[in-house]
Amino acid sequence: MFPACRYSLQARRCVGALKAVQAEHVAPQVCSTRSSSSTLSRITTHYSVYPRDKDPRWEGVEMERFADEADVVIVGGGPAGLSAAIRLKQLASQHEKELRVCVVEKASQIGAHTLSGACLEPTALSELIPDWKERGAPLNTPVTEDKFSILTEKYRIPVPILPGLPMNNHGNYLVRLGHFVRWLGEQAEELGVELYPGYAASEVLFHEDGSVKGIATNDVGIAKDGSPKDVFERGMELHAKVTLFGEGCHGHLAKQLYKQFNLRGNCEPQTYAIGLKELWVIDEKKWCPGRTEHSVGWPLNRNTYGGSFLYHLNEGEPLVALGFVVGLDYTNPYLSPFREFQRWKHHPSIMSTLEGGNRIAYGARALNEGGFQSIPKLTFPGGMLIGCSPGFMNVPKIKGTHTAMKSGMLAAESAFSKITDENLQSETAGLYIPEYEEAFKKSWIWKELYSVRNIRPSFHNYFGLYGGMVYTGIFYWILRGKEPWTLKHNGLDADQLKPAKDCTPIEYPKPDGKISFDLLSSVALSGTNHEHDQPFCPAETQSFSCVYEYVPLETGDGMRLQINAQNCVHCKTCDIKDPSQNINWVVPEGSGGPAYNGM
Amino acid sequence: MSARVLVGVKRVIDYAVKIRVKPDRTGVVTDGVKHSMNPFCEIAVEEAVKLKEKKLVKEVVAVSCGPQQVQETIRTALAMGADRGIHVEVSGKDYETLGPLQVSKIFAALAKKEQADLIILGKQAIDDDCNQTGQMTAALLDWPQGTFASEVTLEADKLKVVREIDGGLETIKINLPAVVTADLRLNTPRYATLPNIMKAKKKKITNVKPADLGVDVSSRLEVLKVEKLKEAGRI
Repeated sequence: MFPACRYSLQARRCVGALKAVQAEHVAPQVCSTRSSSSTLSRITTHYSVYPRDKDPRWEGVEMERFADEADVVIVGGGPAGLSAAIRLKQLASQHEKELRVCVVEKASQIGAHTLSGACLEPTALSELIPDWKERGAPLNTPVTEDKFSILTEKYRIPVPILPGLPMNNHGNYLVRLGHFVRWLGEQAEELGVELYPGYAASEVLFHEDGSVKGIATNDVGIAKDGSPKDVFERGMELHAKVTLFGEGCHGHLAKQLYKQFNLRGNCEPQTYAIGLKELWVIDEKKWCPGRTEHSVGWPLNRNTYGGSFLYHLNEGEPLVALGFVVGLDYTNPYLSPFREFQRWKHHPSIMSTLEGGNRIAYGARALNEGGFQSIPKLTFPGGMLIGCSPGFMNVPKIKGTHTAMKSGMLAAESAFSKITDENLQSETAGLYIPEYEEAFKKSWIWKELYSVRNIRPSFHNYFGLYGGMVYTGIFYWILRGKEPWTLKHNGLDADQLKPAKDCTPIEYPKPDGKISFDLLSSVALSGTNHEHDQPFCPAETQSFSCVYEYVPLETGDGMRLQINAQNCVHCKTCDIKDPSQNINWVVPEGSGGPAYNGM
Repeated sequence: MSARVLVGVKRVIDYAVKIRVKPDRTGVVTDGVKHSMNPFCEIAVEEAVKLKEKKLVKEVVAVSCGPQQVQETIRTALAMGADRGIHVEVSGKDYETLGPLQVSKIFAALAKKEQADLIILGKQAIDDDCNQTGQMTAALLDWPQGTFASEVTLEADKLKVVREIDGGLETIKINLPAVVTADLRLNTPRYATLPNIMKAKKKKITNVKPADLGVDVSSRLEVLKVEKLKEAGRI
């Protein structure tokens, strides 16, 4: 760093302390693994870290891949991907053209990896499928009551939701997004879209000129130690004129594409939050279908961004969807978003709803909070980014589904004219479609995200939450985001953690088994499972399903890192929050992962 | 060899899903829940496909009974290597009360219609754990049975079956035609890869109704209630 002679005594002590902290961050098990590799197993055997062409166990194994051609390949069968597929097929039938559209989705069925609150704004849906009601879209719960409050440990301070504030939900619907996505999948299939759930896209393929050629699905039948099993089968290649990437928040292929095409050169790094959710069947007397409650404050302190939601769904039985969102830029390493969520449920105003009820589902997923400032370049030769992958969530509204769907539709419209143009002379083998980005900038997504761009960063002040609320009141409610400045975020979430010795440990209450629960029983409820004999993600940090844990070494003293990859619910938070950024989340064999039903 | 194999595949709730009893206590929640092929049926399909690859049988036909959704299960069997599928349409109340007796009657009728030489089934389904369909089918057809098979070898027109029994392993020789039910250690099922799923879309699935086979699917059993098991150690 700086030449030592320039330091004062104090500065030298600080630098010494920092260096010691850096050494502390390198967890003990990594050191012990490197020194005694014969006794301890490697953390990962994934081929991206240990290449297969140098591995003797892979000699003679057939590595040729079957390849197929489509017009458009869409990675990810979520709201964005399916909206794009539907729009493409609508345009194809309108203009009487033939178009082969394939969607690959890592979940075993469409909707099984979908998790969201969710309060859906039907604007994009009405543009895509105007007769959604007649077609039986599962929007069964219009919002009837909208409440917002600031919680303290014992009390609840209601905050009036004036019309015009972003959290006003009049006209919106409470949905089980998994069921909505499943319905979108059915609409897509009716139009002739080829849906392939249970097949994960694990690799991006490139033409010789560097443009995207398509994707390859993952190989199956690899053992935990990285060797091929008898049932080893190579993945399949799907080539397309243009590939749409709609992997959701922090997609792993998008991560590669950002580097490959330098898509994040002109924007801020994306910031994230973690959303935890449970579904409860409650006492009928306490059930008010259509009631929407949001809260901020307790149990988070004013400098940790986050809040809760509680939606009463009207789906036959007295069901509520509730959850907790914590910004991943929290600084205290003792903070556990999962335990904050469990603790929040014990607040008197929440307990009164949940008492006598039964928890039937649990799940977790990261969501993006960067908004306008973090939008990367969206289009590159051979491909486009749609949905939460680049990230179009309106943070104060906590809604990203309508913008994701609209982005899919815009991508489809721009792609369609280029693909079906017989006289097109493309410079690259994979089509480059800058019209998508232009259409995006003219659309209501851009206007909406621009107007709320300063609300999330306004929390980075001494007064934290309260400063942010004052800012929102003045600049959004009155001025509608027209102020000429754009506030910046604080940088990468991974860099925000302070050393443990500088923070106060948080005492969490023990779960009581009736309202609050421990992590392992929650994971069991997500229905998560993977083929256990497969390699882990290359990578120490927290997970929302007890994937990473320190267990005592069998030989006696010391701890070792144990990765229970079978428990992974694919929330991606480990890849986001890990301070040394040495975790690279990759897809497991397709159809593994959580089995959410209407989350 | 001109043998034809019938393989039964059942669509059941996936083994990793946490089951929830319906509020009216008439059954478990199945709507939207992840379903997959019964693991023992996967093993049965794998064994049939292996026999075809060894050229010991000519055709593998995958059969499933149920509503429209079982076609996905038949497609998975086709992707694993079955040649064609038969979907026996049973839906609504009939499907809820469909049990081993009705299914075995359907299989017996199909075996005669398709002139099958071998029927391979999973030893039991993971939702009802009945372990009855294979045995009943053999009885209705008056065919020999090799149940809980952990090894199957075709020797001329006889089948050598190693069975897993409580006392250890029992080896029997039975004449064809016969019914075999697959146990866990028979084989490791292959993955249904994406190219095979795409090819499977072109393979044929015929629809048949139980009435066309002359089978009455009404049940003499009535489910009184379904309850969640009380936790062990609590009164």
